[in-house]
Amino acid sequence: MSALHILVFPGLLFLALYALALQFVDRKVYARLQNRKGPPWFQPAADFVKLLGKETIVPNEANHFVFTALPVFALAAVTTAFLYVPIWGTSSALPFPGDVVVMMYLLAIIPLTFFLAGWNSSSMYAAIGSQRVLTQLFAYEVPLFMAILGPALLADTWSLSGIAAFYAQHPPMALLNLPGFGVALLATQGKLERVPFDTPEAETEIVAGAFTEYGGRLYAIFRLAVDMETVVLLGIMSVVFVPLFAGNPFLGFLIFLVKTLVMLFVLSVIKAVTARLRIEQMVRFCWMVLVPLSLGQLLIDLVAKGLME
Amino acid sequence: MAKVVIPLGPQHPALKEPANFALSLDGERIIGAAVNLGYNHRGIEKACESRTFLQDVYLIERICGICSHSHSTAFINAVEEVAGAPAPKRAQWIRTLVAELERLHSHLLWLGVAGHELGFDTLFMYSWRDRELVLDLLALLTGNRVNYGINKLGGVRRDITKDDVEKIRPVVDALEERTKYYIDLVTTESTLAARMLDVGRLCHEDALTYGASGPVARAAAVDKDTRRDDPYSAYGEIPFDVITDDHADVYGRAVVRVKELLESCKIIRYVMDNLPEGPLEVKFPRKVPAGEAISRYEAPRGEDVHYVKCNGTDMPERVKVRAPTLANAASVALMLQGGFLADVPIVIAAIDPCFSCTDRMVAVKDENSGAEGVMDWESLRRYSIEWYMERGVSFENIQSERDS
Amino acid sequence: MLPEALKNMFEKPATEGYPANRGDVFPNMRGKLNFEADKCVGCKLCSRDCPTGALTIEKIGDKQFKAVLRLDKCIYCGQCADSCNKSALSCTHEFELASLSQEDLKVEL
Repeated sequence: MSALHILVFPGLLFLALYALALQFVDRKVYARLQNRKGPPWFQPAADFVKLLGKETIVPNEANHFVFTALPVFALAAVTTAFLYVPIWGTSSALPFPGDVVVMMYLLAIIPLTFFLAGWNSSSMYAAIGSQRVLTQLFAYEVPLFMAILGPALLADTWSLSGIAAFYAQHPPMALLNLPGFGVALLATQGKLERVPFDTPEAETEIVAGAFTEYGGRLYAIFRLAVDMETVVLLGIMSVVFVPLFAGNPFLGFLIFLVKTLVMLFVLSVIKAVTARLRIEQMVRFCWMVLVPLSLGQLLIDLVAKGLME
Repeated sequence: MAKVVIPLGPQHPALKEPANFALSLDGERIIGAAVNLGYNHRGIEKACESRTFLQDVYLIERICGICSHSHSTAFINAVEEVAGAPAPKRAQWIRTLVAELERLHSHLLWLGVAGHELGFDTLFMYSWRDRELVLDLLALLTGNRVNYGINKLGGVRRDITKDDVEKIRPVVDALEERTKYYIDLVTTESTLAARMLDVGRLCHEDALTYGASGPVARAAAVDKDTRRDDPYSAYGEIPFDVITDDHADVYGRAVVRVKELLESCKIIRYVMDNLPEGPLEVKFPRKVPAGEAISRYEAPRGEDVHYVKCNGTDMPERVKVRAPTLANAASVALMLQGGFLADVPIVIAAIDPCFSCTDRMVAVKDENSGAEGVMDWESLRRYSIEWYMERGVSFENIQSERDS
Repeated sequence: MLPEALKNMFEKPATEGYPANRGDVFPNMRGKLNFEADKCVGCKLCSRDCPTGALTIEKIGDKQFKAVLRLDKCIYCGQCADSCNKSALSCTHEFELASLSQEDLKVEL
């Protein structure tokens, strides 16, 4: 049973397919917002297959093992994290108390692999890209953590399934978490390195940032990991901030799909209507706007919890 | 963090043409910049000398893919002056109309490129979509979208009918509407403003010292526009304003360009309303008498200067082109100084560079002896192979195209 | 920006799928040349004025000529059509002229 969970549903296979589907929706919505036709539905899969068929080049000066292992690390981290996201109801595949914290740490591994990948590439652009990855990590990770911490405090549990169960019983409580929801959406945009926070891989400045030297199969895996990360982050937010669940697993799964798609739409709109910020502007925005907001969120939740008791 | 020098170019996603900017970085901050041009020399000036004037017009038109009409008009004005056979009035006005349409498409193109450099691809898509309207108009009037081929020595090749005028009017109205939206967008969108304000500063004095021209100079409050200062074509008879701005940064350059779009719409309307009747061309001799002339032209990117020397045959003796980018390139190093690495693409894009129009031959001088040398293709090839061999790159397995 | 983007979302896309939709060309367009052999008198003004040397006129018989056009060299300026005093040359609207082999690009008109 667990092998099935890990490899097929909700594990690797489903996650990969849904990641490609979300990439398509993102690109299509982005294109339509720009008054373009957009790609056909199979484009993300076609891109992936094409990348798989390309030659893999490892720079001479890079450590060969580290260079090839890092994409797999990223993929493993994100796949593991997805096992704790409840997608067909209020319970995930392998829930345990404290899985929220484990999941956030697993997700923090991904930017670290980006950083190491860039640093190990021994290329100037990659080095600058990885510096920016790390700088940005410290900017968005704190508000994202705190934004999810608040609702968890209110639900009095460190398990994602527990949080889901609490808000399924008390849907109005989720209204208190609206500021946190906003913070989480923006921080997600930073974590996924999308406009306006795509400084680490700003194409016109530093080519492809940390991924400059990557190509072929290894880059395909990295790309897939980023798309999967999108699914996981949207999944977490859909559980923590949107209290819509169903007892029926099938219906619950449909609700999960709808919730993630709507949130992806919001992310695509943000991407379409903003320009890329400079790294120092991004850090300032995160610490001056997002962090105070998420602190306020914590305060709201603490007060609400006090009142409840 | 230690100082690093990174090469931006000759191949880099921010550059649409090869050029090299050597940036000394301290973290993200730029402490020094050097501009190296010369990767895209095509030898057009020399090629002009072995073609007839008639053929040169087409060659000159292909100096630039964006401001093709600017170059061909500047060249033709010079040749017509030497030959003493200026184009008739109606031809001059049609040239003016095409010139302003070209300015519209060039500035809209710039706006899109600027958006792309700032990671704002939606602006890029919108302004390039609207640019299609202008390109359609140009295709309607001249037959082609970019290398219009409307100019000929002594006149223009195609007339503008009443029907065409009726087709142009609604498009210009629509474009004016869109331009007002872009002015609003550039001046109010907060992420755009955050990336453009106080970026790539070139103050009034420096703009004069470095000889900046076109929108770069006008954004630094240098009130300079060849259309008004030294009128050519029909500009002497058309009322228009010269847009200046005193921000002296990328924001100012963007504002000057979008406001010039409105001005161009105004000029186009005036030309359509007052298009004089008359012949389209005068008879132009194949052989041009000996003489020389300089012609100045306000291209969308700045002042374009052509010098033509004729020797009495049907081919020019010397053609010299000073493209606007050459005037502006020198100031880029100054603009980059003290800025952020992230701003490099937009600062370079803000002069609206056109490197292949600018590049000329570079003479290689020995630093110590001062001796000049000429390398032919074979010795250059051998030199480059040796250069790479010393650094451990072998070419043994690479077949040379030239050998076969 | 936001209202503009959302408004555009529900408008017809500005881009088109190319091979299916070939778009319109304008009547003035200068495409591949058309040569009317019976009008040609063999003065070769056209090939003399051609900026790239793409067009050559060959004599194939008494007062009979053929035009050979190098599509890879032609810049579609239409100067030859302007230079021709007998209107033997004209521009068509044909523009999809790419080919993988250089041989195919040398056409007899």
